[in-house]
Amino acid sequence: MSHRETDEHSGVETTGHEWDGIRELDNPLPRWWLYIFYGSIVIAAIYWVFMPSWPGVNSYAKGVLNQSDRVDVAKQLEALQTQRGAEGAMLRSASLETIETDPKLQAYALAVGQSVFGDNCATCHGVGGTGSKGYANLRDDVWLWGGSLEDIQHTIQVGVRSDNPHTRQSQMPAFGRDQILKPAQIDDLTEYVVALSRRPARAAAVARGAPMFAEQCAVCHGPQGRGNVTLGAPDLTDADWLYGSTQADIREQIWNGRGGVMPTWEGRFSPETIKALAVYVHANAGGQ
Amino acid sequence: MTVVIDRTKPEAPKTGPVSAAARVRAKGFTLGLYKPRTPIYPKLVHGQWRRIKWILMIVMLTIYYVTPWIRWERPGALPDQAALVDFAGGRFYFFGIQLWPQEVYFITGLLVMAALALFLVSALFGRLWCGYACPQTVWTDLFIYVERAFEGDRNARMKLDAAPWSFDKAWRKIGKHAVWLGIGFGTGGAWIFYFHDAPTLITHFWIGQAPATAYIFCALLTVTTYAFAGFMREQVCIYLCPWPRIQGAMLDQHSLQVTYLRDRGETRGPHKKGQTWEGRGDCIDCNACVVACPMGIDIRDGSQLECINCGLCIDACDEIMDRVERPRGLIAYDTDAAVAAREERQPPIYKLLRPRTAYYAVALTLVSGLMIWGLTHRSALDVHVLRDRNPMFVRLHDGAIRDGYTLKIANRGFEAEDVQVTFKGPRGAKLRTPGAKATGETLSVRVEPNEVRAVRVFVTVAAAAIEAPNMPAVFSLRAGRDAMTVKTNFLSGAANAP
Repeated sequence: MSHRETDEHSGVETTGHEWDGIRELDNPLPRWWLYIFYGSIVIAAIYWVFMPSWPGVNSYAKGVLNQSDRVDVAKQLEALQTQRGAEGAMLRSASLETIETDPKLQAYALAVGQSVFGDNCATCHGVGGTGSKGYANLRDDVWLWGGSLEDIQHTIQVGVRSDNPHTRQSQMPAFGRDQILKPAQIDDLTEYVVALSRRPARAAAVARGAPMFAEQCAVCHGPQGRGNVTLGAPDLTDADWLYGSTQADIREQIWNGRGGVMPTWEGRFSPETIKALAVYVHANAGGQ
Repeated sequence: MTVVIDRTKPEAPKTGPVSAAARVRAKGFTLGLYKPRTPIYPKLVHGQWRRIKWILMIVMLTIYYVTPWIRWERPGALPDQAALVDFAGGRFYFFGIQLWPQEVYFITGLLVMAALALFLVSALFGRLWCGYACPQTVWTDLFIYVERAFEGDRNARMKLDAAPWSFDKAWRKIGKHAVWLGIGFGTGGAWIFYFHDAPTLITHFWIGQAPATAYIFCALLTVTTYAFAGFMREQVCIYLCPWPRIQGAMLDQHSLQVTYLRDRGETRGPHKKGQTWEGRGDCIDCNACVVACPMGIDIRDGSQLECINCGLCIDACDEIMDRVERPRGLIAYDTDAAVAAREERQPPIYKLLRPRTAYYAVALTLVSGLMIWGLTHRSALDVHVLRDRNPMFVRLHDGAIRDGYTLKIANRGFEAEDVQVTFKGPRGAKLRTPGAKATGETLSVRVEPNEVRAVRVFVTVAAAAIEAPNMPAVFSLRAGRDAMTVKTNFLSGAANAP
């Protein structure tokens, strides 16, 4: 039903289509638009020649310029490494103590450490490194696996309960879940642990818990409950609690024997980066 | 007493040379946005003011070109250039003075001093700056000197400009412009030495290794010098410069200005040798003052915005007065008040001490005193304390609270300093830097000269000494005779609240 006619009012031919009595004028495209369109076609053809464009089955047309963003990024990273070369080399050769005490190296290591920490560690340990329930606080002076520069460096390298063959490893038994102890015994043990950190506890329950602690817990946590850094067993007498300090928190921990996992960073970071990170964490923790 | 110049009056028919301003006025209304420039051909004069201007020109150009080459030994790797604005290093050096970017208020103070000095000098002696010291005046004078060397004095230049093109005209014009461009290049070339080590830059400049900014600014100043001193000349003073507009507020009837002594000069008129001087003024209407004026004005119209007070018309007039055997000083540095008084047949009064000059002098003394005090008492030490925000505090295993701070200690001196840091606030606060073996109440931090050192400082306070979640505290730093205190806070949150 299309028949073209000339619109009386504007003198322009219509497209011949009609919808509910509405007809459409067949105005030509604006010239400027048309020329840009043709120009774009020409530019596209030139672009095909120089830049990667057509996909193939196994590869793609690479273009005369052989441009690749992947290669560009690699080059930029390489340039960054060259730019950082001098300090990077010094990080590699200097001892951790030297890095931490030399003002220039320390400033460089802290800058590297801060950015790496923010990208990788902050997810669990928090941007400020203060951790949260189940994630260690890296700012205070309590260290499950040792707080010296070397200890921190090693923990970052191998991780905790990770798939690294040399990983920091420890496992607290789930006394309740695995029915090693009866619930009533766990209640007594909880009272005993509360008493260890010099807080009020029921004396009778503490007395009942004492031999149980010596039998089940002292192996790792020590007879006085002061913990053992080589086994990653926390000190139970201080004010720092990884899984919470309340009676309920402590009971739950004895029941389930939770232990977190920290990945190994050995393959992901260069040794220099791990050194810088260790210095950063150590310095922020007060640097003991 | 202000002289009102009525320019609506029809020009009296004149014979001989006419001032450029009068020629423009004669053209009347034009349709363009801008007034067409009427070329000015200042005639060379001889006399004491001209001599002073030559001497000052040589002195000031010498200062401008020589200053960057003066060497001044500084310790270490610091630049040995006496006057250097080091943008790359963020330092300003002037002989024994070294300023950091945060001390830019000294530059502000210097500018305030310069402005007040200009006000004071203007109120006392008129526009001495404009007439003798302004770069626009000095370079224009130099360019006119070159122009005169190639094209001759006023009449020769006017004739040459009116003449059709010829070989003679061409080489004179080309020569003039070539020398102008050369001077312009020299101006721009000297400018960039203030911003880089001059001996290094001069070699790097020619082998294409100087920074792009050096080439850009050299080219920029070449072009502006060429345009300002060669073509725009008095237009810069009249249209671009704000100072001629501001000076109206600085001058009063007691300010010394280049003045035509109406009382003595009028009634003016031509004078033939042997005629009597009785019943007439000393001005013989020779227009020597008009043709000498680089601003193209007639000083006999009274004080006006265009006049830069260069005194060249004084020399021109004195020459004529000598010739007609009348006393010199028909045009002289004088005050409006004195001229008015003499017109009334009263003795002229010169008042140097006026409320205006007193204000300016007191303000200038105050600001200068403040600057000298500031420079002599400038501390080499500068400290900023940044308190850790995440976490704001850390609770240690024994319940003690530790706050972390970053101290940015700047040593703006030329010697290494051992800075003693103490912390006053909660009782028994202990300080430590990461990696340090010892904990104590005082820290010693070595800061190399001309360096900002960022030091992390941990302050630990035992639980028993914590009295409030937020306790005011002060870091005190001492190095040699310099001491500083910086206020901060010791935060412990509600961590130790009972």
